[in-house]
Amino acid sequence: MRDIFSFNVLAGVLQTMLSLATPFLFAAVGETFSQLSGVVNLGVDGIMLLSAFFAFYTVLLTGNIWLGLLVAIIVGLLMGLLMSVVSVTFKAQQGISGIGLQILGLGLSSLLFKVLVGTVRTVSGFRRMRIPLLADIPFLGPILFNNTVLVYAAFLLVPVSWFILERTTLGLKIKAVGQNPSAADSVGISVNGIRYLSVCIGSALAGVAGASISISISNLFQDNITAGQGFIAVALVYFGGWSPIGVMGGALLFSFATSAQIWLQVLGVDIPASLAVMIPYILTIVVLTVSVNRGKQPAALNKQFFRGEN
Amino acid sequence: MRMMRFAVVAVLVLSMAGVVMAGGGREAAPAVDDGALRIAVVMPSATNDMAFSQSMWTALTAVQAEMGGPSALQLSYSENMFVVPDAAGALRDYASQGYDIVIGHGSQYGSSIQDIAPDFPDTVFAWGTDVNTFGLDNVYAYTAAAEQGGYVNGVLAALMTRSGQVGVTGPVEVGDAKTYIDGFVNGVRQTDSAVRVSQSWTGSFSDVAAMTAAASTHIANGADALTGSSQSVVGSVGVARESDGVLWFGTQADQTDLAPELVVASQIYDWTDMLREIIANRQAGRMGGESYILTFANDGLKMAFNPAIDIPAEAMEAALAAIEGIKNGQIRAMP
Repeated sequence: MRDIFSFNVLAGVLQTMLSLATPFLFAAVGETFSQLSGVVNLGVDGIMLLSAFFAFYTVLLTGNIWLGLLVAIIVGLLMGLLMSVVSVTFKAQQGISGIGLQILGLGLSSLLFKVLVGTVRTVSGFRRMRIPLLADIPFLGPILFNNTVLVYAAFLLVPVSWFILERTTLGLKIKAVGQNPSAADSVGISVNGIRYLSVCIGSALAGVAGASISISISNLFQDNITAGQGFIAVALVYFGGWSPIGVMGGALLFSFATSAQIWLQVLGVDIPASLAVMIPYILTIVVLTVSVNRGKQPAALNKQFFRGEN
Repeated sequence: MRMMRFAVVAVLVLSMAGVVMAGGGREAAPAVDDGALRIAVVMPSATNDMAFSQSMWTALTAVQAEMGGPSALQLSYSENMFVVPDAAGALRDYASQGYDIVIGHGSQYGSSIQDIAPDFPDTVFAWGTDVNTFGLDNVYAYTAAAEQGGYVNGVLAALMTRSGQVGVTGPVEVGDAKTYIDGFVNGVRQTDSAVRVSQSWTGSFSDVAAMTAAASTHIANGADALTGSSQSVVGSVGVARESDGVLWFGTQADQTDLAPELVVASQIYDWTDMLREIIANRQAGRMGGESYILTFANDGLKMAFNPAIDIPAEAMEAALAAIEGIKNGQIRAMP
């Protein structure tokens, strides 16, 4: 067994953590937009699955990873539109329509994979991109600045999203619609329009999350490849108190625990594997239990807006 | 207005359900032809998983072709049956429909077979991987001595690693996944005790993302030769493909097509002889009570060496010698 407290091991844990956190960040930050506008989208995992498939299939056919990413975003947008039509325009229960979307994504991606691809195949996805000079910084340089472009984008997304939500008129409108849609409506804000936009932003980012799995991390598609990561992303929004920075904290905590338990096993630490794989989930439940600030929850979350009735 | 909403939502839900059913992984045989044998198989993953389920589906379709096609042997399957109660429902459903042979291809289906088989004495049930027939006359059990191919892959890995570090990405410490990895580790240690072997388990047979993370970690830890078992190891192969110089050693099915530039060898489960025997027994009226173990000696296990990989002569000789040694009992694959 090697020294588990060495710099090399710590660097390995942190680098794996960044990679694992990437799909969570895209999906959970996106879901933050949706939930701040008042719409809980439980279909994130289904959107990730369908986008993951289309990104993979596009790269398989064309070899173009950027086109694969674009297709994933478009698929996410279309799924977001479907969610919006059902839950915003037709006022269906958000939980039910979200679950429907998840099942649709799971079933359709599986069907398309079977019909169009037939068997498991790998593709060449995004490769690590070393940023000159920054990657030469001792210790932190190789960890932070030798990753795929999607890892950089995921972490860049956090301050950008925070800025949009906290410092722009659009962010103010999104939060106003999520807190008090009637008041927002009375000052001329299109509640449905803002909710459509927020759900579509969230779904497009869920699409990128799916692509990050199939053409950046795993470089293949397999039935149910997300293994429920979309649901964890939804939980991270609550965990993070509906703030992109809080969401990032949750994503890093969960990913760190996952990365650490893998490293403990790889280094031969004498801990039962079945116990090790539970560590991230136990830690998440504990932190979620003690830290969630329900006061931050959008007041109109999961509530349909009926003009003149709210 | 509310009616319209209800109608729209109902239509959407129905259309979603239709899609799910279409992709839900069940394919039934066409209408019964007189005289055709009918076999149904329930599997935990997809027929194209490049691993456990594919090994059985490949064998079934090979036997079907030998027998003259669907007019002689009709096949039905239910795939992605990770949820055991769902699988139990499918097994009972096939038996109720009068299938001649119903296969539960997963060690998690044992209790379901034990529960269902007594209700259908005219149906042959087969299940694996295990050797327990529960004392029932209409149940066959089957397994694979996965440690044998694991040992051979371990010999190859020990002789081909340049870093002296080998990584094992396992799913759950049970069944043939565990015995394969035990054999692999033993093969490495018996060949070169200086080679370090690191192991990790994801706790899931299906979590591709977890397997991907595990493989990345082994590579970051210096491993340049990887192996693993279960349908989720495709994630390991996918990440290994993006890391220059990493080799992969496969099991359950020939995984060469996944990444021809890095898959050195694969242990293949070949269930065809076993299926032929069960079919012959069924036609002779012997409904069960036996178990089968795939081994190198009975040709149930085979090694597929990837011709695109330049395996050093010393390593190839050692691998072939290991196969012979296991066959004649001179080498014990399990530690």
